[in-house]
Order: sequence, then structure tokens, then C-alpha cells
Amino acid sequence: MSKKKSLNGNMYLKTFLFGLPSIILLLLFVLGPIIMTFYYSFTNMALTGAAASNTQFVGFDNFVRMFQDPSFKTSVLNTIIFLIASAVIGQQIVGFLVAYLMKQKARPFRRIIGILILAGWITPEIVVAFVWFAYLSDQGTLNIMLGFFGVEPIAWLLNFPLISVIFVNIWHGAAFSMLMYQAALDDIPQEVEEASRIDGANAWQRLWRITLPIIKGSAVTNMVLVTLQTLGVFTLIYALTGGGPGEKTTTLPIFMYDQAFVNYQLGYGTAISLVLLLIGITLSLIYIRFLKTE
Amino acid sequence: MINKKLIQRALPYTVLSIIGIMFFVPLLWVIFASFDTHATLSIKLPDEFTLDNWKAILTDIEILRSFGIGIALSLVSSIVLVICSALAAYPLSRFHIKHKNSVILTILFMSGLPMTAIMVPVYQLFVFFNINDSLVATMLFMAASGLPYGIWLMKNFIDSIPLTLEESAWIDGASVLTGLRKVVAPLMKPGIFTVLIFTFTNSWGNFFVPFILIQTREKLPASVTIFQFFGQHGMVFYGQLAAFSFVYTIPVIILYFIGQKYMSAGFSLGGASKG
Repeated sequence: MSKKKSLNGNMYLKTFLFGLPSIILLLLFVLGPIIMTFYYSFTNMALTGAAASNTQFVGFDNFVRMFQDPSFKTSVLNTIIFLIASAVIGQQIVGFLVAYLMKQKARPFRRIIGILILAGWITPEIVVAFVWFAYLSDQGTLNIMLGFFGVEPIAWLLNFPLISVIFVNIWHGAAFSMLMYQAALDDIPQEVEEASRIDGANAWQRLWRITLPIIKGSAVTNMVLVTLQTLGVFTLIYALTGGGPGEKTTTLPIFMYDQAFVNYQLGYGTAISLVLLLIGITLSLIYIRFLKTE
Repeated sequence: MINKKLIQRALPYTVLSIIGIMFFVPLLWVIFASFDTHATLSIKLPDEFTLDNWKAILTDIEILRSFGIGIALSLVSSIVLVICSALAAYPLSRFHIKHKNSVILTILFMSGLPMTAIMVPVYQLFVFFNINDSLVATMLFMAASGLPYGIWLMKNFIDSIPLTLEESAWIDGASVLTGLRKVVAPLMKPGIFTVLIFTFTNSWGNFFVPFILIQTREKLPASVTIFQFFGQHGMVFYGQLAAFSFVYTIPVIILYFIGQKYMSAGFSLGGASKG
């Protein structure tokens, strides 16, 4: 017994020592900043001016200011629209549709279509922004194609900025959901489908009654995960529209950046990060909750 | 009747082909424009096929330096990440310890957090500790922010390696660390390469982190210089911007195809969702 105990103690020590480099890095660069977010949010820290050299504790001032700031409301609303349209609906539908249609198709065909869709996914965000800047410009490829149908050129990024950004993000992210849904669909035993086919269920019934209920768990987890990824999207929007025109595409990360690094209000910027972080923490808790129950 | 069946069979192929083409069309502009010195935002086949844009990018010392910095930053941070995550994941996979599940769930929880949200306080901490504008500190931050997901991936890989091999090594008197190095590490090659490629790609494409943490022009990696190039010359030299984008994307494409070999061996992105 005592021998076993000392072995156990040894094991804890080893686990700790093996984990130590990771623990140090995470404490310094991830947990530290997270804790500081809570603290800095209650200060008037600034990059320039009087508050830069003399940072003070200001209580809830930043939050009072935030909830009175119409720009904050706009960016929350934009973030919600962006998340729902792009992550919760767009990427899920496109990803699932492609994965579902690809089932049991010839391998070379699957591979080619897969690569075409994955191309948008592996392209670095900043390049995605340039590519779509050209694609959506008034003389761009999209307008040329629409011209064949007699549609007049449209300056998409000026006239439909938020919709454009949503589409760009669907294009960039859909492959991830496609891979997830492919994995989930591959896990469904063939016999289940066969049996329902023999029972006379048509394709539509099979999809609604058999396939979707089986993959429901993976779908929800994927949805939360993609929403979390989309919540942090900065580069794409920043390089494509800079949050504009006006504030039409200003999501929380862009608003946070503008306040902290353009207006030099670090304290206020951190308060906005805190909101972003709290949304992230909530979603991440939901995410592991689903993983646990699965 | 036969016709209807034929249509039903052809429909998925048609829909998929249309989706596939629509996904690829936006990228055609970069390819065409990079070989065209007179490129505009309009897509067109170059009047004369030329490598001038590529030459202009690949002979620019500042751009080459930013590629070098980008490679160094991504490579070192992913090596640090791989070593740290392999060490941390090993006991989490092998030892039967209390609260192991809580630790694993905490790691997964952290992997879900958007790192964008902590960039403002990270910047403040960097200023506070006077490590602002430091490539080494930026590299460590990049490694740290990818660690939770890295540990999780590594743990899954180690889980898939049978324990018996190490046990016989332990019986022969090898220590845990020796067992890890001599027995597990060689078997973990696919896992190590997958995590390495995954994190390298992430760092290489990361614009926001160096954009915030690095100020000196000469220290900026390619992800930021390409953005500055766009701001300064992008409106005129579309061909060069396209070539720059293309060159910048090539490492990712190569790594993706190398990575596929390992990924099929055990890596599934679904891992995180399936638990």
C-alpha cells in the first residue's frame, strides 16, 4: 500500500514536471492576460495623454461609457448578425450540403471537389481579403459574371458590406464544416440507411428521420466551435473593409482594436475585450458541455 | 422513368460541380494577375505571360527578409509548441491520475477561447514587461496561444499508440523519459508532424498578433508586410500584390499536401468535436 502511494505521488510529480513548460507558457501568455483583462477594464489606461503616465482605477466608468456608446451597440449587433449568418447558418449549410452530396460518389470526383473547396480554407486570411477585394470590386469577377445576365455592376463592399463580409467568411470557413460533417456521415453504419431504404423511405425522409438525428450531436458541437472561431475573426474584416463603410462591418474585435490602438483608449479597449472574452468563455463552456455529454 | 432516375443521379454531381467552381473562381484572379504586369482588379488572361511580378517580389530585399522572419517565427514557435505539448500530453494520456478529466476539459475549454479577445491586455503586458517589439516574446506568445489545442491533439495521438511497447521498455529498466524519447517519439512521428504543420500554418498566416506586438518595420513578418504593401502600392501594382499573395500562400499549399499524408494516418479535425 505504501509503495503504491509513493508511486502515485511520484506520478503526480512527473505529470507536473512534464507539464511545467506548458504551464509556465500558459500562465505567462494566456491566463495572465485573461486575469489582467478583468483588472485593466476598470482603469483609464491610455497610450497617450495624461492617463498614459497616470493610470487610475475608475470603477465601472468604462462599462457605463460602453453601454451608452451607440458604436458599441452597433458593433454588438453586427457581431450577432455576422455570427448567426456566417457561422451558425452559412457554413453549416454549405458544409453539410457538400459533405452529404459527396457521400458514395466516385473517389476522384470527391477529391477534386474537396480540393476546390479546401483551397479557400487553406488560403491565409490576409490573402482571402485581397482575393475578395478584387472579386467584389465594381470591375471584379463577380460583376463580370453577373454582367452575362444583364446585371449592372455593383460596388458590393460599399453597398452590401456586411453581407459581403459574411459571404467571404463562409467561403473561407466552409471547408472545416465540410470535413466535420464528412467524418460524422462516415460514422453512420451503412445498414441503417439500407434498412430505411428497404422500408420504403425516400431520400428526403432518410435525411430528416435518419441522417440528421444521428449526426445532431456533431452538428451542434461543430456549430459552437465554428461560432467561437468566427467570434475572433479580425484580419478578414480589417483588411477587407476596415470595419466600414462607416461602422457597417464593425464587429467587436474591430471595435476593440479601434478603441485601443486607434483612439489610444487602452482601458476602454480592454473593457470591450472583456465582453468579447465573456462571450467566448460562455460559448466555450457550452462547447465542452456538449463534448462531455456526447 | 429512366430519364427521371438519370436526372436524380446526375443532380448531386451537377450541384457539387457548380459549388466547387464557384468556390474556386475568386482565386483565379490572383493566378492570372500575378503573371500580368498590367493587371487590374478585373480578371483577364495576361496579354503576355510574364514573370516580372514574381521577379519584383522575389528580388525585393525587404520582402525577402519578411519571408525569412515569418519562417523563423512560425518554425520556432511551432517547435516550442510541439515539444511542450508532447511533454504535457504524455502523462495525460498514460498515467491514471485523479482529476485527469478535469485537466483535459480545462485544456479543451482554453482551446475554444478566441485569442483575439486577449490581444489588448497582451499588448499591455508586453509594454509593462518591456518585451514589446520583441520577436522572441511574440514567438513565445504564438506558441502559448496554440498550446491548448496542441496538447489535445498530441494526447489523442499518444492514446492511439499501444502501451505495451513502453511497458516492456520500463521493465527493461528504462525511465519514463527514456521510454518517451526512444519508444513513443518515433511512433508519434505522424502526430508530431501534424501538430507541427498545423501550428506552422497558423502562425504563418497570423496577421493580428505580429501586427499588434511588433512595431519596427525591419522585424515584421510577411503576413504584415503584405498588408502594408497593399496599403502603399496595392492600388497601383495589382500584379505584384497578386504575385506577393501567391508566393506567400505557396508554403501553406505545400504543407497542406505534406500534411495530408500524416493526417489520414490518424489526424481528424473531427477529433475535437467528437471528444
